[in-house]
Amino acid sequence: MSPGPNFDIPQEESESAGSSFPPTFSLSTIKNKQRRHLMFMKLKQEKRKQKLELRKKRKKERDALGDKAPPKDVPKTIENQRVYDETTVDPEDEEVAFDEGTDEFSAYFNKLTNPKVLITTSDRPRGRTVRFCEQLATVIPNAHVYYRRGLALKRIIPQCVSRNFTYLMVINEDRKVPNGMVLCHLPDGPTAHFKVSSVRLRKEMKRRGKDPTEHHPEVILNNFSTRLGHSIGRMFAALFPHDPHFVGRQVATFHNQRDFIFFRFHRYIFKNEKRVGIQELGPRFTLKLRSLQKGTFDSKFGEYEWVHKRHEMDSSRRKFHL
Amino acid sequence: MQHDDVIWDLIGSKQFCSYKVKTKTKNFCRNEYNTTGLCNRQSCPLANSQYATVREEKGRCYLYMKVIERAAFPARMWEKVKLSECYERALQEIDENLIYWPRYYRHKCKQRFTKITQYLIRIRKLTLKRQRKLVPLSRKVERREKRREEKALIAAQLDNAIEKELLERLKQGTYGDIYNFPIHAFDKALEKQDEESESEAEEEDDEEGEDEDKGRREFVADDEIEESDLSDFEDMNNLKVSDEEEGDSSEEEEETEEEMEGSPGAKSKGKTPLKGPVRKKRPYVEIEYEQETEPAPKSKAS
Repeated sequence: MSPGPNFDIPQEESESAGSSFPPTFSLSTIKNKQRRHLMFMKLKQEKRKQKLELRKKRKKERDALGDKAPPKDVPKTIENQRVYDETTVDPEDEEVAFDEGTDEFSAYFNKLTNPKVLITTSDRPRGRTVRFCEQLATVIPNAHVYYRRGLALKRIIPQCVSRNFTYLMVINEDRKVPNGMVLCHLPDGPTAHFKVSSVRLRKEMKRRGKDPTEHHPEVILNNFSTRLGHSIGRMFAALFPHDPHFVGRQVATFHNQRDFIFFRFHRYIFKNEKRVGIQELGPRFTLKLRSLQKGTFDSKFGEYEWVHKRHEMDSSRRKFHL
Repeated sequence: MQHDDVIWDLIGSKQFCSYKVKTKTKNFCRNEYNTTGLCNRQSCPLANSQYATVREEKGRCYLYMKVIERAAFPARMWEKVKLSECYERALQEIDENLIYWPRYYRHKCKQRFTKITQYLIRIRKLTLKRQRKLVPLSRKVERREKRREEKALIAAQLDNAIEKELLERLKQGTYGDIYNFPIHAFDKALEKQDEESESEAEEEDDEEGEDEDKGRREFVADDEIEESDLSDFEDMNNLKVSDEEEGDSSEEEEETEEEMEGSPGAKSKGKTPLKGPVRKKRPYVEIEYEQETEPAPKSKAS
C-alpha cells in the first residue's frame, strides 16, 4: 500500500505533469482516516493549481490579443441561472390580460372601489407588534387599526364587508415579534398568507426622514414575473389608492427577489433629470409567500390556489415561484 | 380474607405504595379509582373493601362500586353504572345506588361528579372558540431561509432599483409638468433648435459687442443675462417656455460646463463686458471663460 503520507503517489486523479494515468482509484478506499485526509488535501491542492494555471493561461491569451480579445463572459448569477418557469407572464399574453380583467381585483383596477384597509393582530399583541401596526397604518392611506379582542376571523369578515372594507390585514405575532401576515381581499377575494421577517420600525432606521405625510404614495412593484407573482402584485397594488399624490413624493416599493418580497417606503426628490435622491422613512419588512387561498380566510375548508410545500418546491436552488 | 387495616398499615406509612406521591405537605394517590386524590385511610381504594368512585370516559360519567363480596374476583370487582346526562338525575342515581353506604362515600362521589361535569362544560366551551394551532419551526429551515433572505437582499440592490424605476417614470412623463427637467426624449428635437439658437446667439452677440465696445457700462437685468448666456446652451427653448426659474439654476451650471467645450469663440465678443454683474451669480463660469479668451494676463483665471 502507500508507504507514507508524504509520498507523491502517482495514483492521483489529476492531469498534472506529476501524475501518470487517470486511475480507477478513489479516496474512499483508503481506510485510514489520517492518510485519507492527507490524500484529499493533496488532491485539492492539485486541483487548485490546475485552476490557477488555467486562469493564468487565459489571462495571458487575453492580454496578448489586446483589444481584439473576445468580451468577458457574463458571470453566472442565480437570477441568470433561474429555472425557467412556464407560468411566466408574457407582456402581450391575451389570456392573462383577459383573466386580469375579470378577476377579483378588476373592480379596483376599473376604479370602482377605493381601498379601505383594516389592520389587526393576533390575540394579545405585544408592544412591537402594536407599533408596527400603527406605522403600517400611516404608510397605507385609509387604513384603520383595531384591537383584536379574541374575535374569530370568520366573524370579523362579514362585519368588515358590511362596512365597506376592501382589505383585512392580520399581523400574527410570536414571542413579541411579528412573524406572519394574512392579507385578505374582502368581498370574497383571495387570501394570502406571508411569513414576515426582518421588521425594522421607524426609530430603528438609520438616516431616516420625517414621518410620512397623508399624501397617497406611489407604488413600485418589481420582478413579479409569473402568474402567481402577478396576482400577488395586483394584491399589493390594490392596497393603495389609485391616484398617487405626486406632490407628496412618497413611494412604497414591493421588490421581489428570489421569492422574498422586500417592502420599503421612501421619499424621493429629483435633483436633476438623471439623478434622484431617496430617503427611507417608514417601516421596512420582508415577506415570503406561504399560501394563497381562493376565497376569504378559511383554514379548514378553503380552496388553496398555491401552498408552499417545502420538499417539492425547495428542491432546486434555482427555481423560484413568484 | 381482606384485612383492610393490615393493608393500610403496610402501604399507608410503613412500606411502599406505588400509587403514593409524596410532597412537602401532603401525600397524593395516583390510583385512578381514588375519589379524592389524596392518600388517606378513607380514600385509599386498596385499603377499603367497600369503595365507590365516579369516573368519566369520553364525556360520559360512570359510577364505580366495589364490594367485599367480589374481592376474590378482580375481573369483576368494579361495578360500572352509567349515570344520566342530566345533572340532577345523575345525583339521584348516585344516591339510589349508594343507598345504604356510608355518608362519606356518597358525599365524595357527588363532589367528584360535580367537578367532572364542570370541567366537561369548560372543554365544550373552549372547543367552540378558536383553537390556536402551534406550528413547529424547523431550526434548519429557519436558518437557511434567513441566509437566503440576506443574499437576496444583497442581490436586489434595492436603492438602485428604486432610483432606476423613478427615473424611468420621470422619463415616461408620468409626473406630467411638475418637474421641469428637460426630458431626454426631446433631445434630438432640441439639437435642431440648438443650431438655430446658436446662429441667433451669434447675431445677438455681435450686436451687443458693438454696443459695449463703445465703453458704456450698463447694468443689465437678470433676464437678459440669462438669455444671452444661455443662447448657446442646449434646450434653451424649453427653459424659456417653463416659467419656473428655480430649476434653471442647476441646469445652467450643468449646461455651462457642457457649453464651454462647445462654442468658445462665439462668446468672446459679447461676454467680457458683462463680467461685472454676472460674476456674482456665476463665478465658476467666469473663470473658465476667461481662460478661453485671455489665457495669460488675467490673474483670476488661476
